[in-house]
Formats: sequence, structure tokens, C-alpha cells
Amino acid sequence: MLEVTDLRVNYGAIKALHGVTLRVNRGEIVTLIGCNGAGKSTTLRAISGIVRAAGGSITYEGRDLAGLKPHDIVRLGLVQAPEGRGIFSNMTVAENLELGAFIRSDRDGISADREKALTLFPRLRERLDQSAGTLSGGEQQMLAIARALLTRPKLLLLDEPSLGLAPQIVQIIFRIIREINEQGATILLVEQNAHMALKVAHRAYVLDVGRIVMEGKASDLAASEDVQDAYMGRKRAG
Amino acid sequence: MVWPLAAALVYALVVHFGGRTVLDPYYAILLVTIGINITLAVSLNMVNGFTGQFSMGHAGFLAVGGYACGIVTYYGSAKVFGSTAMRQGQLCGMPLETAGLPFLGGGEWFFLLALLVGGLVAAGLGYIVGLPSLRLRGDYLAIVTLGFGEIVRVVIQQSGKVIKAGGGKSAEQLIRDAPLYTLPGSVGGSLGFDNLPKYTSLFWAHLAAAATVLVAYRLKSSTYGRAFLSIREDEVAAEAMGVNTTKFKVRAFVLAAFFAGVAGGLYGSTLGVALSPVDAGFQKSFDIIIMVVLGGLGSISGAVVAAVVVTLLPEWLRGVAEYRMIIYALTLILLMIFRPQGLLGVREAWEMPLLRKWMGGKRGGT
Repeated sequence: MLEVTDLRVNYGAIKALHGVTLRVNRGEIVTLIGCNGAGKSTTLRAISGIVRAAGGSITYEGRDLAGLKPHDIVRLGLVQAPEGRGIFSNMTVAENLELGAFIRSDRDGISADREKALTLFPRLRERLDQSAGTLSGGEQQMLAIARALLTRPKLLLLDEPSLGLAPQIVQIIFRIIREINEQGATILLVEQNAHMALKVAHRAYVLDVGRIVMEGKASDLAASEDVQDAYMGRKRAG
Repeated sequence: MVWPLAAALVYALVVHFGGRTVLDPYYAILLVTIGINITLAVSLNMVNGFTGQFSMGHAGFLAVGGYACGIVTYYGSAKVFGSTAMRQGQLCGMPLETAGLPFLGGGEWFFLLALLVGGLVAAGLGYIVGLPSLRLRGDYLAIVTLGFGEIVRVVIQQSGKVIKAGGGKSAEQLIRDAPLYTLPGSVGGSLGFDNLPKYTSLFWAHLAAAATVLVAYRLKSSTYGRAFLSIREDEVAAEAMGVNTTKFKVRAFVLAAFFAGVAGGLYGSTLGVALSPVDAGFQKSFDIIIMVVLGGLGSISGAVVAAVVVTLLPEWLRGVAEYRMIIYALTLILLMIFRPQGLLGVREAWEMPLLRKWMGGKRGGT
């Protein structure tokens, strides 16, 4: 479904990605893990068109995404829920959701999807008229995901959905990510919380200073000692 | 859209005929100025408030619209009707005695046409300026638009003399003999385009104000309109929702330029005003920005209130003659210190906690 080949991105003189290659198949949850500054978010931003690639190619459903603007890419069904949540904080929750459906005009479909999203996140239903800036961090994250769902994504890019959230909320978010996937959306998940990400994902890539250093089945990576040492906080013996 | 438009029309008629019977000329003109300033402030608010871009060249569009409208009402009138005099009408100008004037069909349609020409020319220019410059962000856009206003000012300054009666010939004769293409260039240079027929009335000023408020409100409250607001809130997230941010910014800019152009047409045709290049300068642009910031960026009712206050304040302070501009400036400074988000912030008057309490808290949420 998504094929990223030798992707390179520069921020000015700084090389952020030195050739990232990864693939996402339809129906999968694929996770991209790594430390702060490894280039995970940059990879997502390049895929969704927010930053320009300096080299390499990104192909989505057989179509080259080079040169497309983010708003064009969204219309192809490739949707990102931005990091830092990127919600419209001066608007109400309902208005945020309304903007999620901005590119669609099928009223019935929209209200059905809105209902579905609110069933996934009952908290949001209670807060529909509240301005989004007054939500808690977890609720804002839920809103960002719900809003992205209303664009009816075929491939959903999630950037650090667990960032700064209480463990309990993280559990909820990850449960919902799996539900969304079971309902048919393919997911590319960027996470620092490798432990949770590897639990929920089918396959995983490990990114380190702008390169993919490991890839494989999520369960295999979770069992790997290197990954445990570097990203899952296991203390090295001795 | 039919009912709100009808309401705007009724409002303008009421202000027109009501104002004319109750007010003496000084206050009537002040009320016209209020209408024009509301049009300017609310239209600039579509760019600076809704989409969060910072345009500092609104007066440029005001001047372009004013001159374009003036070319129609002065030269156009001479070419088509054979006279530069104002065409009388119940809804035109500020005559004290209105008995016997035609209602509609006098100057009304002609002035409406001239205003639309002013608006459309300004909007066209807005498109040309906006398309490349709205790709810029923040400060850069401010500088480009500031430059645009100055360019308009300098270009108008370089224009030739207005064709007036002289050398034993009437203005009409001279205009008839002048080739068409020379007319737009004969708008008075730095002396100003000062002899326009004074069509502007309470009706037109307040119809424009009501129409601008109406369009702004529709923009703010529709899904389509929320796309504008989403750009102000978070441009990257707006793109991620599929909003073509450049296109929407240009749209807001063009729409704002259109209403500024209409306001310019009204301004240039107001009794006692001599349209001059200074009207395109940054001082004028700042005056409009002050209204928008004072009212609260993004708040339509805020911009309306601020336009009224900013128009009236210097007049109220006329009694203390030489200190009035100091007091005016101090008031603005104090307001910005104690309410940096403007009088109403991003909200509308009916959403304010105090008013909501009065009205029994119809709208929920915080």
C-alpha cells in the first residue's frame, strides 16, 4: 500500500534522514520506533507532504507522491494525525470534528462516521460544545484521532499518540488504535513508547539517526535483546 | 441568504430615512463614516482575524476602489450621460431637502455600478498581489502588503491633472475630446481627485456595512468558513484536514479587497472628502488595523464596536482640542495593556459571559 524507498530529508544543512526504506501492507499496523531525534516524525511528515524529500521516493497505492501538497495527499486517503495533537484549540470539539470531514460531502456517511468516532471516544461526546483547548492532554489526543478518522483514512499516520499521557490513557488510546485497524484502516504508528507500540503492531522498523537499523515482526523485535536494551528500558545485566 | 439580505436592505433604508430626519448634517456624515469604517474593519478582519495573516495594505485597496469608482462617477458619467454632475436620487448624497427627488432610477443604479466597479478592481488587484505573497508567512506578508500600499500611493501621485472646466470649455467638452485611455491616468496626482460627485449617503454606507458583516458572519459560521479559521489556528493541521491553505488565504484576501474597494468608493464620494494619494498610505492602513486589533482579531462584533468607537472618540474629544490626539493614543495604549486580546477577543458579543448571563445562558460550554 505504501512504499518508501531510500527517503532522504534535509533541514537546511542538517541531514535528518539518510535513506529510509519501509513498506506498509494493507490492513497492517506498522510501527516505527526509535529515540528522540531519530527521524521518526520527519519520516511521517515527508510521507504526508509537510516536508519535502531531498531524495528517494514515496509511492502510495502505486502512485508517486512527489510534489503533491498535503491537502492533495489527504484526498487520496492518506491522513496524518499531527504530533503535538494539532487540534484547533479555539474551536469546540464539534467544530473540530466538522473540519475533519472537510473534504467529504456525503452527509449520511459523515454523520455515521461521526457517530462511530464518538462511540470509540465517549469522552468526546460529553465535551462536544467545549472548546478544544480546555480538554486534557488525553482528550486532545482522542480528538486528534477522532478528527483524523472523519476524513475516512485508508492509511492513518499516527505521530506519538502516547506522548505525555498518563499510563491509563495510553492503554485506552492503544486499544482504540487496534479497534480502528480492525475496522479496516491501515496504520503507520510512530512511537517512543516501544513497549506499547510493539504490543499492538504487526510489524516494526527501528530508526536510529536517520536510518532503519532493524526491521521485522513486532513480536520478534519485542523479544530482541538489542531492542529491549535500547528502547524498552531493560537494564543491562552487570 | 435571501432573508439576511432583505434584512440588510431594510436596515440600510431605516438608517437612511431615519437618520436623515433626525440628524443634522454633521452627525449624518459621522454616521456615514461609521458605516464606511465598519466595512473596512470587518473586511480586514476576514484576513487578519479569520485566517490569521497580517495584511498592512488595506488602505491600498481602499484607494484603488475609491479611484476606480470615481473614474466611473466622474469620467464615466461625462462620457455616457454627457454631464459630470451628480444624478439626483432619494438614496444618493446628503441633501437636506428630498422632496421631488426620484426614488431609484436616479443616480442609484449608477452609483451601485460604480461601487461594484471599485470593489471588483480592488478584488482583481487583491488576487494579483495575494497569489504570490500569501505563500509568505507572518512578518514577510506584512512587509509585502505594506509595500503594496506604498506602491499604490506613489503610482497615484504620478498621475496627471483632473480634467476640469477651463479655457472657455466645460469639463464635459474636454472629457468628450480626451481619448478614453488617458482618463484613468487623469486623477489629480498628489493634489487629489477632489471634484467627484458626492453620491455617498447613509443608505449606501450602511448597506455596505451590513453586507460586509453578513458575509463575514456566513464565513465564520459555516463549515466552509471554518476552513479560514483553521488556518489561523494551525496551518499544518488545516492542511492535514485537506484544506488548501494557500487557496483559502487568497480567497479571504480577495474578498477583503473587494469590500475595501467598495468602502473606498463610498469614502471618495462622501461630502467633504477629497480623495488623495495619502488615503493609500500606511497611516490609513494602520487606522484600520487599530480597529481590528482593538475589537479583537477574529471578532466581527468586536470590529463593529471598535469601528464605531474609533470614529467617535476623536470627535467626542474635540472639546479638549489640542490634547485630543494624545488622549486618543493613551486610550489605545491602555486598552492594549489591559485587554491585549482586544475588546472581545476572538468571540462575538453574544458569546461573552456577561451578555450570556443576561440572556439566560442559551449557549452551553465554556
